[in-house]
Amino acid sequence: MIELRDVSFAYPRGGFRLSVPELSIAEGARVAVVGPSGTGKTTLLNLVAGLAVPERGTVRVGGVQVSELSETQRRSFRAHRIGFVFQNFALMDYLPARENILYPYRIVRGLRLDAEARARAASLAEACGIAGKLDRRPNALSQGEQQRVAICRALVTQPGLILADEATGNLDPETKTVILDLLFERAADAGATILAVTHDHELLPRFDRVIDFADLRITT
Amino acid sequence: MNAFHLAFAHLRWTWGRSLVLILVGALILAVPLVSQTLLRGSEEALTRRAEATPLVMGSRGSQLDLVMNAVYFSKDRAEPITMAANEAVWNSDLGLPIPLHTAFETNGARIVGTSLDYFDFRELDMAEGRMFAVLGEAVMGAAVAERLGLEPGDAVVTSPQNLFDLDGVYPLELGIVGVLAPTGTPDDEAVFADVKTTWVIAGIGHGHEDVITAEEAEAGNVTANAALAEYNRITEDNIDSFHFHGAPETFPISALIVDPYDERSGTILRGRYLDASNPLQVVLPEEIVAGLVDRIFRIATLLDAVTLIIGVAAGGAIALALFLSWRLRAPEMATAWRLGAGRGTILALAGAEVVVLLAASLCLAALIVLGVQSSGETIVSWLLAL
Repeated sequence: MIELRDVSFAYPRGGFRLSVPELSIAEGARVAVVGPSGTGKTTLLNLVAGLAVPERGTVRVGGVQVSELSETQRRSFRAHRIGFVFQNFALMDYLPARENILYPYRIVRGLRLDAEARARAASLAEACGIAGKLDRRPNALSQGEQQRVAICRALVTQPGLILADEATGNLDPETKTVILDLLFERAADAGATILAVTHDHELLPRFDRVIDFADLRITT
Repeated sequence: MNAFHLAFAHLRWTWGRSLVLILVGALILAVPLVSQTLLRGSEEALTRRAEATPLVMGSRGSQLDLVMNAVYFSKDRAEPITMAANEAVWNSDLGLPIPLHTAFETNGARIVGTSLDYFDFRELDMAEGRMFAVLGEAVMGAAVAERLGLEPGDAVVTSPQNLFDLDGVYPLELGIVGVLAPTGTPDDEAVFADVKTTWVIAGIGHGHEDVITAEEAEAGNVTANAALAEYNRITEDNIDSFHFHGAPETFPISALIVDPYDERSGTILRGRYLDASNPLQVVLPEEIVAGLVDRIFRIATLLDAVTLIIGVAAGGAIALALFLSWRLRAPEMATAWRLGAGRGTILALAGAEVVVLLAASLCLAALIVLGVQSSGETIVSWLLAL
């Protein structure tokens, strides 16, 4: 369950102000965030992830009041509770796909890279159709394959929430559908909620709910 | 450590850059140590050999050139003197004269024409074969024998002094009869022969076919022509035909090592050659080398300063390369931050790479320094022979 109540946020250097009087997202829901550029879609994701702290109001994710956490606590919260999928995949070009999937275990102190984690990574890779390409580096993978690796990385720590920022923005139309279905399937397997920013209106019918930032209308 | 795991992976991925940084780092660390090692080694080698050489006699001129040539067989060449100087010391009954004729080379090694006294004086032992006994025989220093892969039974050909001087010194084949045991001194880099053999190389002595035959002499048909063949190899068959033209006391040598019978004899001998009008001089190698070492260390201080400046500049270049590398990895660090990495972890990611580069540079520098130290004597004796 994600809850935002009376949230107001503005960047220190000015620009727009994001105000969210009230927003609730049910656990396991697949929610799309749409709207023109610069209206605060990514900022909403940052507030939910604890990467940005609201000036006022509360942000609660899975019973945790994120807006009240210290920086260290927010970092730990992100590492354990949230998986990220980025438009540019954000893979490490010097690591093979297997190591990219396990990357969170290399950089987060609380996550332990054990046999179970490795097995989970292998299982996700199998489910995403890249099991035979785990020794390849990103430059030897297609864009669709790179995003599959990124999805595996987002899910390997078993988060309750997946934040996808234009996750299909760099993909061709056919691959977009395949990747989105894959993300939905794997998230459903893990019981994870999906909050995805997208500009692609063709994909919206696949979501359970759409938040339109053009007028901050929330439609279901 | 995960930071090191990622650092190794990133260094492998950018292996060209990593290799350059490691090499430059290793050189910055090793060069001052290597130069110090070689300087100390040179100082010790120079001093030890100079102390073991009581007096050197040669033509008046640069005392340093004389000592460097006579004691270390360097290319510095003083004006030659004659064997008359050898006779004068011998007749004075003040010390043992040991002639040295160092004008020629073979395969980049100095040929030292001397007497058998030299080997007793330097306490040189044979590792293989025997000492030279007749004209045309040579004994190799240990290092030069190893470098050229030569052993008793092989031969070397002397290098001509001037390729286009048709009237000059022609190559002579020297038969190798022995190899000296290694000493870590310039003796290892030299080829020794009897001083008379070097006179043959110089063209003062030579062997050739008979000008006339007995039959021709009986018939009164005596002829000689330019086609008379000179030997460029001394063998059992032709050695008897070798002969020298002129008086032996006029034959050239480079210098004399003089081993005075006692301290008083040495002082008297030095006194006899103090007169500036005397074309000969007697020097104490120990004094000359002490002055040289002092100058070397003064120059070394300057060298250290230059090394420091170059080191600072190269260190700055390495720091810039690491900074640019860090900038290139900025998106990775941003991703790591989003995924939940702490500031400490992100710093560790960058720091681990620097630590690995530094450790690899240190290891390589240590290998270079150990390599130089283990073969320091060889390098020093080679440097001194230049």
